[in-house]
Amino acid sequence: MTAEAPTPASEPAAAPRGEGRATHWLRLLILWVVISVAADVVWIKLVGPHVPPGRMTDMATGAAFDFNVLIVLALPVMVGVWVYMLYAVIVWRASKVGPDPVATRFSRGSGTVEWTWIVLTTVLVLFLAGFGTYELVQPGGSGGGQGPTPIWTPTTSSPLQVQVIGQQWKWTYRYPQFGGFETNELLLPVNQTVAFNVTSLDVIHSYWAYQLGVKADANPGYNNVAFTTPIQTGYFVVRCAELCGLWHGAMFNEGRVVSAAAFESWAKATERQLAENTALLPAYAPTYTPDANGAAGGYYPDNKDPYSPVEMYGAPQPAGGG
Amino acid sequence: MGKGGRLAITIVVLALAAVGIVFSVKALLYTPSTVVYTPTNGQVNVTMQTVGSYGHAPNPTWVSYLTENQQGQWVHTTLWQVPAHTRVNVTIYQFDSGSPLRNQQIGQVTGTLGKSATLNGATFKVINSNIGNGIGHTFSIPTLGISVPLAGNSGSANLCAVAPCSPSSTAYPHNTITFSFTSPGPGNYPWQCFVPCALGFLYGNGGPMQTVGYMGGFMKVV
Repeated sequence: MTAEAPTPASEPAAAPRGEGRATHWLRLLILWVVISVAADVVWIKLVGPHVPPGRMTDMATGAAFDFNVLIVLALPVMVGVWVYMLYAVIVWRASKVGPDPVATRFSRGSGTVEWTWIVLTTVLVLFLAGFGTYELVQPGGSGGGQGPTPIWTPTTSSPLQVQVIGQQWKWTYRYPQFGGFETNELLLPVNQTVAFNVTSLDVIHSYWAYQLGVKADANPGYNNVAFTTPIQTGYFVVRCAELCGLWHGAMFNEGRVVSAAAFESWAKATERQLAENTALLPAYAPTYTPDANGAAGGYYPDNKDPYSPVEMYGAPQPAGGG
Repeated sequence: MGKGGRLAITIVVLALAAVGIVFSVKALLYTPSTVVYTPTNGQVNVTMQTVGSYGHAPNPTWVSYLTENQQGQWVHTTLWQVPAHTRVNVTIYQFDSGSPLRNQQIGQVTGTLGKSATLNGATFKVINSNIGNGIGHTFSIPTLGISVPLAGNSGSANLCAVAPCSPSSTAYPHNTITFSFTSPGPGNYPWQCFVPCALGFLYGNGGPMQTVGYMGGFMKVV
C-alpha cells in the first residue's frame, strides 16, 4: 500500500478543510456508533422475530438466527459507508470549503484507512462464512441436502425416513417405516428428526419446504438427504424451486406437522388405506431408475420385462428392459 | 444497386419482420376456447374424451383431451368453467391405449366423492397398471387432491386416430370412466394428465403434456 508522499513545497502543508482531522473522525465515530446501535436495536426488536423462514424447525430457527446475525453485523458496515458519504457531501461540499484538492496528499488515499477497511471486512466475511456454515449444519445436520452420504448427520440414531419423489408435476411421499406407502400427503411428527430422501423420476426438481427451512435438489437417480426436526405444529408449504416445465408453478402442496400420536395414527391408517396400491409399488429403494420411455411403460425401478417393451423415445433401454 | 432497389429490399424485409412478429404474438397469445357448464338440478355434467392422436393441424400426432359442450359438440379445449360448491359429474371416454405406469401411485383414485370411480359401469379404486392394457392417462387436479386413472385400450386394437371419436360408435374401442367431486370456491384450478404420454418427447412430458388444450388445462370455478 502506498505511503504518504512528501508534500510538495508548492502545495499547502495541510488542506484547510474546516475543522481539524481529529474533530471530523470523532464526529464520524459518534454518528456511526449511534446510528449503528439504533439500526441494530430496531432490527433485533422489530424485524428479527419475523425473519423467514420462521421457527417451525431447528433448521428454520438456525437459518433465521443466521440471517439476523448477518444483518446485525452488516448494518454497521452499511451505516459506516453511508455516514461517511453523507458527512463528506454535507461538510466537505465544494460550496463550503472550496474545490477538491488535486494532486495533494489528501487525494492520494490513506494506507492506514485502506488496510483497516480490508482487514476488518475480510475478517468479518470469513467469520460469517464459518459461523453460517456451522449454524446451518448443527445440531441436526443440513436441511440443504447433502447427497446420499451426509457429512453432517443429526445426533438421533433413528430419524423418521420420508422419501420425497418429484415428478412432473407433483410431489409424492413414501414412508418406508410404515410399509412403504406412497401418498400425496406429507405429515410429520413434532419433535422428531426427519430424514428427507429426495429424488426424482424424471427431470430435476427442487424440494423446498419453506417453513421447515429445507431445500434440496431432486435429481433422477440420486438420493439427496436433508434433515430437520420440527419443533412447532402447523402447516407448511412445499414448492418446486427448479423450473421444470409448464406446470412447475402448480407443483406445490401443503404439509402438516402434528403431534407424535396424531402422526402415528395417521401413518397407520394410511398404511392400511393404501395397502392395495402399496402392494403394486416397487420395493422401497433410495433411488429409482425411470425410463426415458414414458408412454410405453417405464416403470420404476427394476427395468425388467414386461416394462419398456419398445424403445419409443429414442433413449437407450437398459439391459433386460425389454 | 440503385436507390429504388435498396428501398424495395428494405420494405420487403420490414414487411416480413412485421408478419413474423404478428404471427409470433398471435401464437403466444392463443388460448383455446372455454366450455361453460351451467348446473342442471344443482349438478354439472362434464364430458371429455382422450384420443391417442388428435388427427388435425397443427399437431395431428399429439395425444389430446377434448371437451364436449352442453350442446353436444366436441371442442378441442381443456378449459372449462363450472360453478362453485357444486357437484361435478365427470364422464371421460378413453380411446387411447395404455401401459404400465412410471409411478403406480397414480394408479389409484383419490379426491373423488366416495374415493372411487367407475370403469365401464364397475366401481374401482385402484388399477394395476402392470396387467391388462395398463393405464392410458389420468385426470388429475393436484391442488384439490383429485386423481383418476383412465384404463387403457389394447394397443393392438384398431384405435381411433382422428378426433373427435364417437362414444356411441362401435368402430373404435374405448373405456368409459365416471366419477364425481364437489367444486371448490372460485378460482382457476390447473388439471392435467400425469401419465407421461407425449410420444416422441423426452420422458414423455413435452409437447402435448406442456400445451394447454391437449393434456392439461384449467377448471375455472365461478
